[in-house]
Amino acid sequence: MLEVQNLSMRFGGLLAVDQVSLDVKEHEIVSIIGPNGAGKTTVFNCMSGFYKPSDGKILFEGGEVQGKPDYKISRLGMVRTFQHVRLFNRMTVVENLLVAQHRHLNTNLLSGLLKTPNYRAREQKSLDRASYWLKRVGLLDLANVDAGNLAYGQQRRLEIARCMVTEPKLLMLDEPAAGLNPSETRALNQLIVSLKEDYNVSVVLIEHDMSLVMDISDRINVINQGRPLASGTPDEIRNNDDVIKAYLGEA
Amino acid sequence: MPAHNLKHALFCAVVTLIIAFPILGFNLVASGTDIVLEGAKTQTMISVVLAAIVVFLFQLFRDHIMALLGKAPALNPLANREPMEQSKRLKLESTFLTLIIIGALIWPFFVSRGSVDLATLVLIYIMLALGLNVVVGLAGLLDLGYVAFYAVGAYTFALLSQYLGLSFWMALPIGALLAALFGLVLGFPVLRLRGDYLAIVTLGFGEIIRILLNNMTNLTGGPNGIGGIPDPTLFGMEFGRRVKEEGNTSFHETFGIAYSSEHKIIFLYLIALVLAVITALVIRRLMRMPVGRAWEALREDEIAARSLGLSRTGVKLSAFTIGAFFAGFAGTVFASKQGFISPESFVFLESAIILAIVVLGGMGSQIGVILAAIAVTVLPELAREFSEYRMLIFGAAMVLMMVWRPQGLMPMRRIHIELKSQE
Repeated sequence: MLEVQNLSMRFGGLLAVDQVSLDVKEHEIVSIIGPNGAGKTTVFNCMSGFYKPSDGKILFEGGEVQGKPDYKISRLGMVRTFQHVRLFNRMTVVENLLVAQHRHLNTNLLSGLLKTPNYRAREQKSLDRASYWLKRVGLLDLANVDAGNLAYGQQRRLEIARCMVTEPKLLMLDEPAAGLNPSETRALNQLIVSLKEDYNVSVVLIEHDMSLVMDISDRINVINQGRPLASGTPDEIRNNDDVIKAYLGEA
Repeated sequence: MPAHNLKHALFCAVVTLIIAFPILGFNLVASGTDIVLEGAKTQTMISVVLAAIVVFLFQLFRDHIMALLGKAPALNPLANREPMEQSKRLKLESTFLTLIIIGALIWPFFVSRGSVDLATLVLIYIMLALGLNVVVGLAGLLDLGYVAFYAVGAYTFALLSQYLGLSFWMALPIGALLAALFGLVLGFPVLRLRGDYLAIVTLGFGEIIRILLNNMTNLTGGPNGIGGIPDPTLFGMEFGRRVKEEGNTSFHETFGIAYSSEHKIIFLYLIALVLAVITALVIRRLMRMPVGRAWEALREDEIAARSLGLSRTGVKLSAFTIGAFFAGFAGTVFASKQGFISPESFVFLESAIILAIVVLGGMGSQIGVILAAIAVTVLPELAREFSEYRMLIFGAAMVLMMVWRPQGLMPMRRIHIELKSQE
C-alpha cells in the first residue's frame, strides 16, 4: 500500500534521513522507533508532504506522492497526527471534526446560502459521522466544549478522531502516547488495534513507549542517526543486537 | 520616588519642549510678497511651558496614576458577568437587530437631509468593514490595500455609465463581480505570503490601483475624476426634477407629489440599508458554512488545516474574493451617492480607517464592527466644532480604546454548531 524507497532528506549540510526504506501493507501496523533526533519525524514529514524529500521515492497505492503538496496527499487518504497536538483550540470539539470533513460537504456556496435540502442532508450526515467518532473515542459529552479546554489525553484522542472522520486509508501517528498515563496508554493501544481491525485502516506509528510498540506492531523499523538500522517483527527486533546497543539498552 | 522616575520625567519634559516650541512658538506671517518668521504670543509660550510641566508631573507620578486608572474598569458592573447561553444570546441578538432595522427604515423620514446623507455614508462603511472583517477577522489575513476593491467597484460603475450608459442596477452586480475578480487574480500570487509580508504587498497593491487610476487619464480622467454618475432609479422612475433619459418617468410626477430633493437622498439611503443588511446576512450565513469554518481553522492552525486536506490557497482566496466582492458593492453605492469620483477618495487612509473599524469593533464580530463603523464615521462629524483638533481627538480615542479594551467594542463570540444529544 505504501512503499518508501531510499528516502533521503538533506537540510543544508545535515543529512537528516539517509536511504530509509519501509513498506506498509494493507491491514498492518508498522512502527518506526529510534533514539531522539534519529529522523523519525522527518520521515513522517516527507511522507505527509510537509517536506520535499531530497532523494528517493514514496509510492502510495502505486502512485508517486513525493513532493506533492500536503493537502493533496491528505486527500489521497494518508492523514497524520502531530507530535505536539495541533487542534483548532478556539473551535468546539464537534467543529474540529466538521472542519476535517470539509471535502465531504457540499462546497457549493449557493446551496449553502440557500440551505437547500441537499446541503442540510450532507451537513446532518457529517454531524452524524462526527458524533459517531466522538462516541467511539469517548468524547461525546464534551462535544460542545472548546477543544483548547480539553485535558491532554482527550486532545490526543480528539486528534485521532479528527483524522478518522476524513476516512483515511493510512493513518500516521506521531508519538500518540506521549504525555499519557498508563491507563490512557492502554486505552490508546486498544483504539489503534480497533482502527486496524474494525475500520480497515493501516497505521504507521512513531512511538517511544516500547510496551505499546511491541504489543500492537506487526512490523517495526528502527532508525538510528538517519540510517535504517533494522526491521522485522517485534520478536526479531527485541533480540537484535544492534538495536539493543543503539536504542533498547541492555537489561 | 525612585531617582530614575525623576530622570525620565525630566527627559520627557525636555522632549515636549523641543517638539512643541518650534511648532507652536513661531508663526509664518505674510507681509507683502515675503513671508516673515515671527515669535508667537506670550500666551502660547506660557501654554507650551505649562504643557511641559504637566508632562513632567505625569511622568513623575506615573506609577500612582496608572495604578488609580487600573482600578477604573472595575466600575463596569457587567465586566465579570457570566456569558449568556448561546441560544438565548442568538434570540436576543436577532430581536435587537430586527428592531434596529425597522428603526432604520422609518428614521430617515423624520430627520434632516444632512443626517440621512451621513447615515448613507455610515452604511457604506458598514458594508466595507463587514467585507474586510471576513478577510482580517475570520481568515486572519492582514489586508492593507482593501480600498483598491472599493475603487474597482466605484470606477466600474462610473466608467460603465459614462461609456456604455449602464444604469445603477446593471452596474451593481458587475461592479461587485469585477471587484471579486480583481481579488481573485491579485490574491493568487500574494496569498502564499504570510503576516507582515502579506500586509506590505497588499499595501503596495492598493497604491498601484490608485496610481493607475490617476495616470490612465484617457480612460479615467486621471486626477480630474469622473462626474455625472447617474442616480439609481426605482423601476424606471428618476428622482430628479426633470427626467434625463428617454422612456423614464419621474418619481414625484408618477405619485403626484411635490418635488423634493430629499426623495433621492432617502432612496439612496434605503438602497444602502438593504445592501448592508444583505451583506450582513450573507456573511453571517457564510460563517456557519464549511467555508467559514475553513477560514477559522486556517487562522487557528494552518499546518493542522493543511494536514486535513484543506488547500491553503483555495481557502485564503475564497476569503479574499468574498471580501473584495462586498467592497465592490460598497464602491458602486459610493459612486452613485457622490455622483463624482476621483482617485482622491481611495487613498491609503481609507484602508486604514476601514481596518481601524474592524479592530475597534472586535475582529470577527459583526455587531461590534457595525457599532464601530457608526462610531468612527459619526464621531468626527460630531466633533466638527473642534475643527483642527478633531483628528487629534479621534487618534486619542483610538489609543485609549486599544489600551483599555484591546479585544474591541464587542469581542467576537463564535456561533457554535451544537451537537444535540442523540440517544
